[in-house]
Amino acid sequence: MATKKFLYVNRKAPHGSIYALESLEVVLIGAAFEQDVTLAFVDDGVYQLLKDQDTGAIGTKNFSPTYRALGDYDINQIYVEQESLESRGLSKDDLMPLTWEDEDDDWAEKDSIHVVSSAELAEIIEQQDVILNF
Amino acid sequence: MSVLHIINKSPNDRNSLDTCLRLALAGSGILLIEDGVYATRKNSSAAARVQEALEKNHTVYALQPDLQARGMSPESVIEGVELVDYDGFVKLTTEYDKTQSWL
Repeated sequence: MATKKFLYVNRKAPHGSIYALESLEVVLIGAAFEQDVTLAFVDDGVYQLLKDQDTGAIGTKNFSPTYRALGDYDINQIYVEQESLESRGLSKDDLMPLTWEDEDDDWAEKDSIHVVSSAELAEIIEQQDVILNF
Repeated sequence: MSVLHIINKSPNDRNSLDTCLRLALAGSGILLIEDGVYATRKNSSAAARVQEALEKNHTVYALQPDLQARGMSPESVIEGVELVDYDGFVKLTTEYDKTQSWL
């Protein structure tokens, strides 16, 4: 099967609707089929990556730790739009650390999250074969 | 290599159009369908953003059946927006390399 470049664009906050969880599940399925997966977090989607989420008191599944598994599926192209972070008073330090291990570099642990400008993200969108929005 | 961006939400209710316009490379296609067509209405605040999009060399299309259903005549639509029917919609999806259907 030919590999395609899949981009998943996430624009919804994590706990008010099912979109974020559904996106994460589809992303993991895509990765299992060894497609080239890129994630983008834009608008309220950046809230999905905030540290210290705890849904214990609202009785819903806390899926935020699952994002840490992305590195194990070789998903290390995670782009967060700078403008979306800034307008929400956030910076990269507010996001959970997501890393992957580079087997070509003695399994060095590397950062998966890349904060990019709108202009940079526009170029990344252009490079894809398939774009899915959540 | 160019993207057809499809917007189906009202510009007054959701930020899909604004985010799309922020992230679309110059020269993209922007197709407004369903409640997205309200953005083409002359003298509306969203129309100013559509006007800017036209000036950035985007091609802006609106789906005629959705305009008609909403009581928007071709004369009520700002200059420069291309009206397409369903066949035109299908043709656009074949002319662009890929589509991005914003939620």
